[in-house]
Amino acid sequence: MEILEYGFMQRALLASLMVGLVAPAVGIFLVQRRLSLLGDGLGHVALTGVAIGVLTSTAPVGAALVAAVLGAVLIELVRARGRTSGDVALAVLFYGGIAGGVVLLSLAPRGSATNLDAYLFGAITTTSAEDLAVFAAITLAVLAVVGLLGQRLYAVSDDEEYARAVGLPVLALNIVLAALVASTVVLSMRVVGLLLISALMIVPSAVAQLVARSFRQALYLACGIGLVVSVSGTTASYYTGTPSGGTIVLLAIAVFLVVAAAVALREATARRRHRRRGDVHAAHPHEHGPGCGHQAVPHGDHVDYDHDGHLHAPHLTGTGVHYDEHGTDAAPADRPATEGAR
Amino acid sequence: MTARSPGDVAVRLHDASIGYDDVPIVARVDLTVRHGEAIAVLGSNGSGKTTLARGLLGLAPVLGGDVEILGAPVGRLRDPGRIGYVPQRHTVSGAVPATVREVVSVGRLARLGLFRRLRAADRVAVGEAVAAVGLADRMEEPIASLSGGQQRRVLVARALAAQPELLIMDEPTAGVDAASQDALAEVLARVSAAGTTLLVVTHETGPLASVLARAVVVDQGRISYDGPLAGAASGSGEHHCGPVADAGRPGYRLDQPTVTARPVRSLGGGR
Repeated sequence: MEILEYGFMQRALLASLMVGLVAPAVGIFLVQRRLSLLGDGLGHVALTGVAIGVLTSTAPVGAALVAAVLGAVLIELVRARGRTSGDVALAVLFYGGIAGGVVLLSLAPRGSATNLDAYLFGAITTTSAEDLAVFAAITLAVLAVVGLLGQRLYAVSDDEEYARAVGLPVLALNIVLAALVASTVVLSMRVVGLLLISALMIVPSAVAQLVARSFRQALYLACGIGLVVSVSGTTASYYTGTPSGGTIVLLAIAVFLVVAAAVALREATARRRHRRRGDVHAAHPHEHGPGCGHQAVPHGDHVDYDHDGHLHAPHLTGTGVHYDEHGTDAAPADRPATEGAR
Repeated sequence: MTARSPGDVAVRLHDASIGYDDVPIVARVDLTVRHGEAIAVLGSNGSGKTTLARGLLGLAPVLGGDVEILGAPVGRLRDPGRIGYVPQRHTVSGAVPATVREVVSVGRLARLGLFRRLRAADRVAVGEAVAAVGLADRMEEPIASLSGGQQRRVLVARALAAQPELLIMDEPTAGVDAASQDALAEVLARVSAAGTTLLVVTHETGPLASVLARAVVVDQGRISYDGPLAGAASGSGEHHCGPVADAGRPGYRLDQPTVTARPVRSLGGGR
C-alpha cells in the first residue's frame, strides 16, 4: 500500500485509529444523557487553551487539555447548582471559549504556529511522533476509566435522579465523564478539528442506538463504527485530497443514513405484514379465549394461542379483536419461555 | 452500623420544611416511620406528598427542621444502597437501548462503592429481583420492547435488587393495568413481610391497600391525617382530599413517637 510508505500517513492513520475508538466510547454516555452537544462546547473552550499555548510557547495540546478539563468541571458545577441559569452559563462559557481563542491567536507574533484552520477543522498529516505519544497516553487513560467506571457512568447517564437518590456519587461521576469528554476533544482536535469533534462522538453512537439490543452492544458497536469511519475517512482523504475531519464525518453520516433507512424499511415491512395478518383474522370467525380449543401459551405479560403451529396474541383495538403473530418470525432460541411453555 | 430491629426509627421528620428555591412546599411537618412499617403517603395533586418523598431521598432540599433517614441526616447516609427508590416515571427513558438486566443491575451498584464490580452474589440478587416482578424470561430483552406496565415493573425490580432496608415508591400504580397492580401488591407484601420498610406515595392505593397498614395524608403541605389506612381511604381505595376547613390543624404533630396510629381528623371515613 502506497499510503503506508509515508511516515506522516502512518502517524495520521494511528491517530485516526485512536480517535475513532475513543470518541464513541465517551460519546455514547453523552447520547444516553441527552447532552450530545457537550463535546461541541468543550471543543470551543479548548480553542482558548490552544491560543494560550501558542502565545506562551508551551505545547498547545497540553494547554488545550487543561482548558477543556477546567471548562468541563466548571460546567458540571454550574449544572449541579441548579437549572435556572445553567443554560445561559453554558452558552457564555462555550462562546467565550471560541471568541477568546480567536482573539488570543490573532495576538500571537508572526511566525508562530497560528493556523486557526488546523485547529478548527483538523490537520491530521501534521501529527508528530510526540503528538502520537500524548494521544496514546490519553487513549489508554480514557479507555481505562470507561472500563473501570463504565457501569456507573451508564447508571448516572441513564437516570441521574435515581442515582442520586440511592447514593451514587453523581457529581463526581459527572465530573469524571466531563473530564473524559475534554480529553477526547483534545485527542480528536488534530484529526477532525474542534468544530467537528462532537460528530465523531455522537454519530457512531446514533447508528449503534438504531440496531443494538443492549447498552454494552451499543458501546462496542459504536466504537467499531467509529474506528472504521475514522481510518477509512483518513485513507480516503489521502486519495481525494480533502480534509480528513470533514471526510470522516461525512462518511459517518452516510453510514447513519444508510442504517436509519434500512431500519425504517424493516419496520415498515413488519408493519405491513402485521396488517396483512390482521386482515386474515378479521375475516376469521374464531375468537381466542380460555377454553377455546387452542393451546394457551403464556408469553410475557399476556397469553398467546397456538393456532395451527403459529402463535396468536389477541389484543383489543378500536375496531375489535386483533391478533398479533408471536413466535413465528423469531428463532426458537430468541423466545425460550414461549418454547418452554409449549 | 446497619444492624436494625423492628421498632427502630427508619424515617424521622421533625418540624421539617421541604421545597424548591427556598419556597417550602411541605411546611413544618413531623412524621416518624419505624422499621418494618408499610405506610401510604396520600394526598391530591399538588398536596406536597411527592415533595415529601423527594425530601427524604435528598432530591428536594430540606429548608428547615430535621429529616433523618435510616439514622442519619438526609444525604449523610454512610452506606449507600440501603434505600430503594421507584420514581414516578412510567418508562425507562435512556436514549441508548438497554436490557432488563442492565437496568436492574444499576440498582445493585450503589451497594458496591465506586470501583467494585458486580459479583456472582450481585447477579443472583438481580436475577431474583427480576423474577420477583415476573419478568425472568425477559431478562436479556431491550426495555423498549416491553409494555408500559412491564417497564414500571423493571423499575421496581431495580429498586428491589439493592435489597433495601427502606423502599420509597412514587405513584407505583399510576397508569398500570389492574393485573400489574395486583402483581405489585403481591411483591410488596413479600418485601414487607421480609422486614423492608415501605413508603408508598400515591393518590389511590388500589390493591396496595392490603399491604399498607398506615396512612399519612398530606394536604397543602401539612400532614392532616396520620393513622390506619382504613380511616383515610374509602372502601374503593379511592382517596379524596376535600377542601375541609381545618384552620388550626390541631395536633398534626406526632408528639409521642410510640403512638404510630393517631387519627387527627376523619376524612370522609365516617360516611
